[in-house]
Amino acid sequence: MTVLDIVFWLLAVISIGAALAVVFLQNIFRAALFLVLCFFAVAGLFITLQADFLAVAQVLIYVGAISILIILAIMLTREMWRGNPGGRFQLPAFIIALGLFGVMVWAVINTSWQISAELPLVPTTAAIGSRLFGEGGLLLPLEIAAVLLLAAILGAIVLVREK
Amino acid sequence: MSLKLELLTPELSLLIFALLVILLDLGIKQKKVLAGVSILGLLVSGGFVLTLWGRESASAFNGMFLVDPFALFFKLLFLIAAGLVILASQDYVSKFARFQGEYYALILISAIGMMLLATTGELISIYIALELSSISLYILTGFLKDPKSSEAGLKYLLLGAVASATLLYGMALVFGLTGKTRLTEIAQAIQTIPLTTLLDSPALLLGIILLACGFGFKIACVPFQMWVPDVYEGAPTPITAYLSVASKAAGFAVIARFFYTTFGVPDWLSLNWGILFASLSAITMTLGNVIAIAQTNIKRMLGYSSIAQAGYLMVGLAAVGVASMADTLGRSGLLFFLASYTLTNLGAFIAIIAISNKIDSDLIDDYTGMGSRAPLLALGLTLCLISLIGLPPTAGLIAKIYIFNAGVHYGLLWLVVIGVINSCISAYYYLGVVKVMWLGAPVSEEKVPSSWALRIVLALTCLGVLVLGIIPGKFVQIAETAVRIFTS
Repeated sequence: MTVLDIVFWLLAVISIGAALAVVFLQNIFRAALFLVLCFFAVAGLFITLQADFLAVAQVLIYVGAISILIILAIMLTREMWRGNPGGRFQLPAFIIALGLFGVMVWAVINTSWQISAELPLVPTTAAIGSRLFGEGGLLLPLEIAAVLLLAAILGAIVLVREK
Repeated sequence: MSLKLELLTPELSLLIFALLVILLDLGIKQKKVLAGVSILGLLVSGGFVLTLWGRESASAFNGMFLVDPFALFFKLLFLIAAGLVILASQDYVSKFARFQGEYYALILISAIGMMLLATTGELISIYIALELSSISLYILTGFLKDPKSSEAGLKYLLLGAVASATLLYGMALVFGLTGKTRLTEIAQAIQTIPLTTLLDSPALLLGIILLACGFGFKIACVPFQMWVPDVYEGAPTPITAYLSVASKAAGFAVIARFFYTTFGVPDWLSLNWGILFASLSAITMTLGNVIAIAQTNIKRMLGYSSIAQAGYLMVGLAAVGVASMADTLGRSGLLFFLASYTLTNLGAFIAIIAISNKIDSDLIDDYTGMGSRAPLLALGLTLCLISLIGLPPTAGLIAKIYIFNAGVHYGLLWLVVIGVINSCISAYYYLGVVKVMWLGAPVSEEKVPSSWALRIVLALTCLGVLVLGIIPGKFVQIAETAVRIFTS
């Protein structure tokens, strides 16, 4: 077992444990904090996969922006103390989620994946940039994403209006 | 790299007009102008689609943006639906003093999203186009901000997010197995994988199932239909109409292209998802029709009826899958049915908008005696309901014959028998409304007035329903031309 393996398993356990805590904790604020931990662990997993740009983006966007947004939203929510009430469908949902998880694991383990023999690229940032904007790149989805943001902004304006 | 911008003109022109509507909204007092500008944008975009029609299939952005007759057919369908919905919104929009510009702009932007969905052939673009159309629709659903509309918007958003996650799982598995994001390349990769390896890869089948789940939400087939009744009831009625036709058609467009292009070869793979859609189709139409019988609210009833109609449409998808690459009947049947369904369902909703505006109720019982209070509206609604059952002389009959014929042709007789039985069941609740309207005693003698805009769109849709039903030849030809999907 190399150091990388140990780090991977450590991060894997932390991210899954934190994700479970988010689901099961009654206190929403604590759940949000565990979500931040989960985001951090995922950023760490990206680093072990040598995806440096993804890791930084994960920290900047998820740990930075989205977490703060979630926590602000919790602060502005009335009756926050009520926590995270369970519904009638908690048990069936749990069983279905477990079933789906089982099927996924079974499918992923039993599939003969094709593994690329190429070494990972380091650093990836420049390559991602030219993949997005360069010849044969992903310019089209990028431009559609711009329109998507416009729609989201319009939605924000419309939905926060006073009645 | 040449961008081939002329291929993108329908989307780009519509986007420019959407931005124009937002900007004009700032300065203009007379808000009717905005509706005019939106309609103009749809016409310009439609004009560009027609100039592309009949040319060789072409692609831009390295095969991500495919302009083939199939995509152009759907673009035209979305533009027509959006135009009719904007005209039908006239009475509704006058209720809110502000944010009319945003309302029109969001309808246009969601139309752009659907057009892109029908035309892109690459996983990431498909996903973002799907989100573009969905997010605009979530906002439009919650636009009224009353408790029902907000609840509908939130439910739609949350369930839609789950569906998106499922879709992404499916895409990730397919990408993981093939290492490609372009549909044509994925198809090639699947064909080069040796059969024994492929049979040994449950991840591919799981990917297909998850993709079907994610897209199934968009077309509202059982078991992904839970959102339909609440969202249809709570959303502004023109938006309900838009959801029930355009959003559904976009879902069918992306499923047909995705599955046909990507999983069409080898035959056993194609047969797999063909049977998957066949069984979903049988469940969908049966459940939709049976629950629709019990409804007392006409918007909810049409919601369940639209689920049942998705079931009939999926007969076409099943035919495409079972016949694999040899299919043309399944796709042309699907296209003709979608065109007929779009006009018919829009017509039904427009009549409901006109009537509900006046009587302020969506309950079927309150429609009693509408035949004498608003004879023309009742006549229009009757015609559309007859078309939904599939009786002559309407488009619905030809569409059902066409799609069921495809089913029989490719050996799905059992499914077609279920479809015919279901059509008989559906006659019960559709004709129930007709009976209430024409034979029931009116609650009051007061006439139900309607605006010119609603009358014109209702007349247009009814005309379309009749033309497609009486002289379908030309339109069948168009549907047969439009089956060509870009595959290389």
